[in-house]
Amino acid sequence: MSVPLLTINQVRKAFGGLVAVNDVSFEVAKGELLGLIGPNGSGKTTMLNLISGALSPTSGNILLSGQPIAGLPAHKIARIGVARTFQLVRVLPSMSSLENVVAGAVFGHNKVWGDEALTLARDLLERVGLKGREDVPVAAMTYIDQKRIELARALAGNPHILLLDEWLAGLNPSELRIGMELIREISAQGRTIIMVEHVMDAIRSLCQRCVVMNSGVKIADGKSASVLADPEVVRAYLGDEDDA
Amino acid sequence: MNIPRNEILTLGAGLAGAAVLAFLPLVTEGFWLSLSVNIMLYAAICTAWALFSGPTHLVSLASAAFFGVGTYSVAIFVDVLPFPALILIAVAAGALLAILVGLATLRLSGVYFVIFTLGLAELIGQIVTWVQTNFGGAIGLYVFTDFTETHLYWMLLALTVVVFLTGWLVNRSRLGLALRIIGNDEAVARHVGVDTARARIILFAVSGAFIAVAGAIMAPRYSYITPDAAFNPMTSFLVVIMALLGGTRRLWGPLVGVVPFTVVMDFISGHFPNQTAVIMGLAFLAIVYVLPDGVTGQLETLFRRRCSLDKSSLATTAEEGR
Ligand SMILES: Nc1ncnc2c1ncn2[C@@H]1O[C@H](COP(=O)(O)OP(=O)(O)O)[C@@H](O)[C@H]1O
Ligand SMILES: [Mg+2]
Repeated sequence: MSVPLLTINQVRKAFGGLVAVNDVSFEVAKGELLGLIGPNGSGKTTMLNLISGALSPTSGNILLSGQPIAGLPAHKIARIGVARTFQLVRVLPSMSSLENVVAGAVFGHNKVWGDEALTLARDLLERVGLKGREDVPVAAMTYIDQKRIELARALAGNPHILLLDEWLAGLNPSELRIGMELIREISAQGRTIIMVEHVMDAIRSLCQRCVVMNSGVKIADGKSASVLADPEVVRAYLGDEDDA
Repeated sequence: MNIPRNEILTLGAGLAGAAVLAFLPLVTEGFWLSLSVNIMLYAAICTAWALFSGPTHLVSLASAAFFGVGTYSVAIFVDVLPFPALILIAVAAGALLAILVGLATLRLSGVYFVIFTLGLAELIGQIVTWVQTNFGGAIGLYVFTDFTETHLYWMLLALTVVVFLTGWLVNRSRLGLALRIIGNDEAVARHVGVDTARARIILFAVSGAFIAVAGAIMAPRYSYITPDAAFNPMTSFLVVIMALLGGTRRLWGPLVGVVPFTVVMDFISGHFPNQTAVIMGLAFLAIVYVLPDGVTGQLETLFRRRCSLDKSSLATTAEEGR
């Protein structure tokens, strides 16, 4: 087997006495769409923060195509090729939607500028379903549209790996269907994705494989169907989850 | 890259305006020329200040430090070097100081940054006083040149033009975009690959260097330079007040605050010298409270609200038509 695109090796993050990520290891192959699930507070967002460089791990290694990235500043990791969305959507409120997406194209892994960046941003806006909305200030947009902006911005960096933190959360049923289709498309085009998600239907239908965390520990890793049937996983969810 | 037509027009109008202003000393002198020097001084400094503080929303009270460093660049070397060389020294000194401050304050934001920069001017002023009284023999330095108010005016006008051109170029560059992203959301900036520390420091250095040059140009006017005058914290506060009054969202925003405020301040300090500080303090509070985005920002918001009302009604009709 070739080198995995992303290797998480015995990664740990402690906030004082609280161990949010407890010696977790897993790998992500190129082109894979991996689900990362677990009850609230199990350390999923922290895991993504460690990969994207928002936080640096207390110990452990993270390798992207064999290159160590753990503990590097976020802008360096972004340039190497990691892009993300945020659990609580983060747009650039004083900028237009086009500029929001251009922001993702100029400094990251992609580094395009000028007309090239504008063209790319327009294409991506169209791809996430915001064609014709280029000049709208994002502050005036609905929640799902802001999430689309965030996704387009992340894609604009043409990352090796895309991290989605509950990107489907808060969407109504019809928006959810559109959102899932969008993720499926992006994955089908060969983009490697880790998606943190609470919507189990989405995990079942989109992700071949998923990793389950509970209280900072990885408790399961494998084919989604079997992992979701695993009694330990079910118990973890039943403990405090409402939609399992 | 192609430059949009309206920016070419603005640029042309700005340069033409500057050319017209260059004739001012030929038609006026005395009081009005002195006042014009003051206006031009604050036009340069406030615009330079806003280059950094506008997009980053970090309120710097270090203007007096940069200004003083520039003034002293002239005071120390005026007898041994030609004036253009002194300007270059001021550029280097201002930029260096800004880089050091930038490195020291990388992790500071909000009020901590404000306080640090305020303390800085005071600290440097004290150090200069200490050095002069212990090693220099006198508290001040003499600066004798042949410059008249007209020369100062022209130099400050030229500086203002350079500051505007720089601001325009920065806005069109990646650095300008990086700063706008940082001003919106620093975490997002980092995650799209912006080296936030580098962008912040570069712009602070540019801004600081310009303010130092303004200080250098003004040195001949004082003729006897003391730390108290050169590093006067009042400079820092005036700059913030005027720039915020005008608004920092646009390059020319601070100008809108500088012109009326300089005139009013001149009147007040002439007629009520003892109340100046109080009036300034009140003005400061009023501006922050009533006009957080400045006059220009306020007008723009009103204007945009009207426009977007029109646009959004268009958008909904288009949506329904699908
Ligand atoms: N920056 C932080 N400082 C302190 N504790 C944190 C921080 N971020 C997360 N935590 C804690 O770590 C645990 C895991 O949080 P998180 O990764 O957000 O979980 P999840 O995304 O799975 O809901 C929680 O107990 C949370 O309170
Ligand atoms: Mg989370």
